[in-house]
Amino acid sequence: MALVEIKNLKKYYDTPGGTLHAVDDVTLSIEKGKTLGVVGESGCGKSTLGKTLIKMTEATSGEVYFDGQEITSMNQRQFKQMRMRMQMVFQDPYASLDPRMSVSALIAEPINTYHLAKSRNELNEMVLSLMDTVGLARRLANVYPHELDGGRRQRIGIARALSLSPEFIVCDEPVSALDVSIQAQILNLLMDLQEEKGLTYIFITHDMSVVKHISDEICVMYLGQVVEKCESKELFKNTLHPYSKALLSAIPVPSIHNKKERILIKGEITSPIDPEPCCRFAQRCQYATEACFQSEPALKPYKGTGHLVKCHRVEEIN
Amino acid sequence: MSEKNLLSVRDLVVHYETDEAVTEAVNDVSFDIKPGEILGMVGETGAGKTTIGMSIMGLLPKPPAHVISGSIVFEGEELLPTSPEPKKLFDFAIRRKRRHEEKGLERMLRTIRGKKITMMFQDPMTALNPVMYVGDQISEVLKIHENLSDADAVKRACEILEMVGIPANRYKEYPHQFSGGMKQRVVIAIALACKPDLIIADEPTTALDVTIQAQVLAMMKDLQQKLGTAMILITHDFGVVADICDRCVVVYAGEIVESGNLTHIFDNPMHPYTRGLFGSLPNLEVDTERLTPIEGLMPNPMNLLPYCSFFTRCKEKCDDCMKGNPKLVEVEPGHLVRCFVTTAGKEK
Repeated sequence: MALVEIKNLKKYYDTPGGTLHAVDDVTLSIEKGKTLGVVGESGCGKSTLGKTLIKMTEATSGEVYFDGQEITSMNQRQFKQMRMRMQMVFQDPYASLDPRMSVSALIAEPINTYHLAKSRNELNEMVLSLMDTVGLARRLANVYPHELDGGRRQRIGIARALSLSPEFIVCDEPVSALDVSIQAQILNLLMDLQEEKGLTYIFITHDMSVVKHISDEICVMYLGQVVEKCESKELFKNTLHPYSKALLSAIPVPSIHNKKERILIKGEITSPIDPEPCCRFAQRCQYATEACFQSEPALKPYKGTGHLVKCHRVEEIN
Repeated sequence: MSEKNLLSVRDLVVHYETDEAVTEAVNDVSFDIKPGEILGMVGETGAGKTTIGMSIMGLLPKPPAHVISGSIVFEGEELLPTSPEPKKLFDFAIRRKRRHEEKGLERMLRTIRGKKITMMFQDPMTALNPVMYVGDQISEVLKIHENLSDADAVKRACEILEMVGIPANRYKEYPHQFSGGMKQRVVIAIALACKPDLIIADEPTTALDVTIQAQVLAMMKDLQQKLGTAMILITHDFGVVADICDRCVVVYAGEIVESGNLTHIFDNPMHPYTRGLFGSLPNLEVDTERLTPIEGLMPNPMNLLPYCSFFTRCKEKCDDCMKGNPKLVEVEPGHLVRCFVTTAGKEK
């Protein structure tokens, strides 16, 4: 059974210019022990999706089921016990840690909040074993975040997320602020932890090669909507949506052979404020016709497979 | 090889001196650039890439920065002072001579900077003046360096805006009205305004989304070919290097550890660090179960080891590596590597 199920999730923000559709009608489900990758450019609503589905911001409408229980309608008191089971790793390890708390205090904070340790000794034991788990040397227990580099700080962030033994972790761009050699260390750590503890991840990133590496399933987002969703390998073998195609072709490949054809999409991401009821990618799409500007396509399976795509002309262009 | 070098940097050493410690940011860096060539400079945060770029521009903050030694020759002219730095506080004669020379150099650099050598900074959000029309920021350069009248400068600035794909009617708009990609186009326009011979582009696309990055890179390559400008592209992304560069140097802890053309670097990387970087990149084409990251961290530049700076993280090290710092060795024509182990017996 799916651990997390999202049905018609919407998150709108009121702005002086109109209603901003950050997440618009997203339906997803994530199996236990799997990783769902969410990719898209900045401003496509991927972080908002992550925050809304663990109730860090309230959804405008829609339902989120976690282990069979609906959480968007819960109040804070009911939700507190659920919160333990779903945690988040944040993007910027420089900004997400309190600079005045030492490493051990940072890791102990969630444990204290939930009164999980019965004595000070037990707490110390828990903190140190968490540090071992994420690969932080025990001698760093009393240093402050500013003394550490980005990779180690991100390890603290992961240790904090793990401290309550959650089942589900939202990773919001956990490696994008890190150098490549450190990025690989953190990705390996996340994958090892998943194997060991049977964690379920939703992995939000803008980096296609990272998402391919870590995910079982991928959904591509554009302006608050899921435009394509399928298994990780399938997406790279058989890309269907014009936006996913352009996104894939735009990635600079670190190889001087097999240069691929670049699809340069025109212009920039359009405004998410009060979007027209048409295909949101139509303005930048090279295949767009009249029909694309008149009605919004539905996210439907391509040729009866599990490969979902939101495009009017998907059959014609592939 | 017969072509004359546009810029040649020799044995450059830059330190940042503070009360607590001396940070050895750049150690003994040498490289050349020929006219019209794009050189990629790859390395991690803190490797000293930006410091190298800044010392060519003469924009290092002094103090704390000190150019200890080295020479930077641009179109036959030396950009660094040649007289020795005063060792003692009371070496008045030396001090005076040095100051005099630095003043002369600064005067000369002012005519070069912005005209012959220009720099594009990493973050387009902070590189532009927020209270000035974007068009005026371009025509300002033209007025200073080409002595154009106001009306002519505005006309030229509009042409340049069109060239980078911004409609000229957006001349009188402020940077906050532009998106990230558009701002980076304005930065490119400023850099290209005087048709420079050399552009130093410091991570020009790092702050942009991939689709916008692809647009900007395609445009930079296109304009670079049209104008025949040489370029130093500072980046940490091997993908970008493979896309638009002709040659590439890999910088680690303030040293060039490997340099060569793209075939050398991508098909036959010799330095363990370069190999490590490729191993830590997730690949879109090949399915890898597990990445092979470089263990550990970059050494603290305040406290560099007297031997190979990559020693502690290296997988191919041997006891000989602790004997001293390896020299750059030419393993095949144009391919230089700084490593005892992988170059053993391959020296030409």
